[in-house]
Amino acid sequence: MSDDHDIAEAFEELPLEKLPLDAWHRARGARMVPFAGYEMPIQYAGEHGGIVAEHNWTRTNAGLFDVSHMGQLLLSGPDLDSAVEAVLPIDLSTLRLGQQRYSLLLDEEGGVLDDLMVSRWPDALFLVVNGATKWDDIGKLREALPDDITLHHMDEHALLALQGPKAADALARHATGEYPLSALTFMKLGRFQIAGHDVTIARAGYTGEDGFEISLPAEAAAEVAELLCGEPEVQPIGLGARDSLRLEAGLPLYGHDLSPDTSPIEAGLIFGINKRRRTEGGFPGADRIIREINEGTARKWVGLKIDGRMPAREGAEVFAGADSIGTVTSGGFSPTLGAPIAMAYVATAHSAPGTALEIEVRGKRLAATVSPMPFVPHRYYRGN
Amino acid sequence: MPRYFTDEHEWIEIEDDVATVGITDYAQEQLGDIVFVELPEVGVTLDKGGDAAVVESVKAASDVYSPISGEVTEGNSALEEEPALVNTSPEEDGWFFRMTVADASELEGLMDEAAYKEFVANL
Repeated sequence: MSDDHDIAEAFEELPLEKLPLDAWHRARGARMVPFAGYEMPIQYAGEHGGIVAEHNWTRTNAGLFDVSHMGQLLLSGPDLDSAVEAVLPIDLSTLRLGQQRYSLLLDEEGGVLDDLMVSRWPDALFLVVNGATKWDDIGKLREALPDDITLHHMDEHALLALQGPKAADALARHATGEYPLSALTFMKLGRFQIAGHDVTIARAGYTGEDGFEISLPAEAAAEVAELLCGEPEVQPIGLGARDSLRLEAGLPLYGHDLSPDTSPIEAGLIFGINKRRRTEGGFPGADRIIREINEGTARKWVGLKIDGRMPAREGAEVFAGADSIGTVTSGGFSPTLGAPIAMAYVATAHSAPGTALEIEVRGKRLAATVSPMPFVPHRYYRGN
Repeated sequence: MPRYFTDEHEWIEIEDDVATVGITDYAQEQLGDIVFVELPEVGVTLDKGGDAAVVESVKAASDVYSPISGEVTEGNSALEEEPALVNTSPEEDGWFFRMTVADASELEGLMDEAAYKEFVANL
């Protein structure tokens, strides 16, 4: 027996670092695997442990994820907005204090180098970038931004995500600030205190559920994690369920669904190219992006629901009859639907929802249907 | 009934001329929740150490190798409806397939239960 598609394989050659919560995870029986250059928990032991149990717990209660491998960057300096707009296809004139927005780091050809979150802090922009790409991102940003823009890598900070329909109830018992936690709606953030520690809480996440991402000093991470997991609604959740949850939520994973070989327009991420920038341009890859917005793309990123129980994994070929028309970029088993689901780039002619296709897995053809994403409806909190 | 183990975490039990093959409790624990098992078809000839089955967990597909050479005589149809049997009863109800024993001497290189336990303890 051997794992042949382990998500960690790309990183196993590098020396591994430990995250601030390493000992805390191990004490909770986590199985640690190499990911993005760190040892990270893929799943936990115990009654509520295991990928499916952790997945279902997050969909019904609240799950605590350690995502401290992600890069937290703080940008500040003169003419910050115009400097950042030269690098990202974002419209910062509409990003107000306390708002968060999805954006993309593109190369000169419009390929995706990373996807990220940008938030407005007082006199600064706060970026959260992917763990596996953060060092390249820092290099790219440092190279592209003027010298008088300060880029601070907040590597003394941890990042925890609390996700699920009961996340707000559990977190509200501990987060205090100038205004109640309930004042935050989806994609808003603010300063709070938890157990006396200054934290920044954003109402966002990567599961499709209501939830929060908490940026906090590394030395406070274990205390806060322990406090939150002391709430009856909260269990720790590993990377395995994080992947199955984001798959159901139709959210792309960088390095799999997005790469320098894909454009954000192919991936349906036009919302990451803010409206003003679609006509003005002035960001890396703008020529291609604007052309694709106007003329369309030859392929599109779609969801696929698969008949039967056999999952299709990344790399599987997609067919329309005898013709190879695409490739799976992510795939697995959806615990919520009880069926396999996948994401794939397919020829635009075969990308309409309801289109019947086939996926080849180990010489067999699996019947699949193009499905709108998310596969499981989002339940973000947008206010009453 | 003698039971043998491979260093790839398959078990094989011999009763008369028929061998039953599955994966060990250690293997299912490592894989996590099993969502699908692809079994070899009846009549297929397997080689010792060759691909025999594929077990899919939520996160990954893993190959299962044949501990010995022989011909597949039966697949565990219960796994079609309930692949999680591999998690709940890996070394009993969650068996994968049955096969003939083409060459009994191939069993000699496999581990017995005590040796396998020691092998796993040192992983």
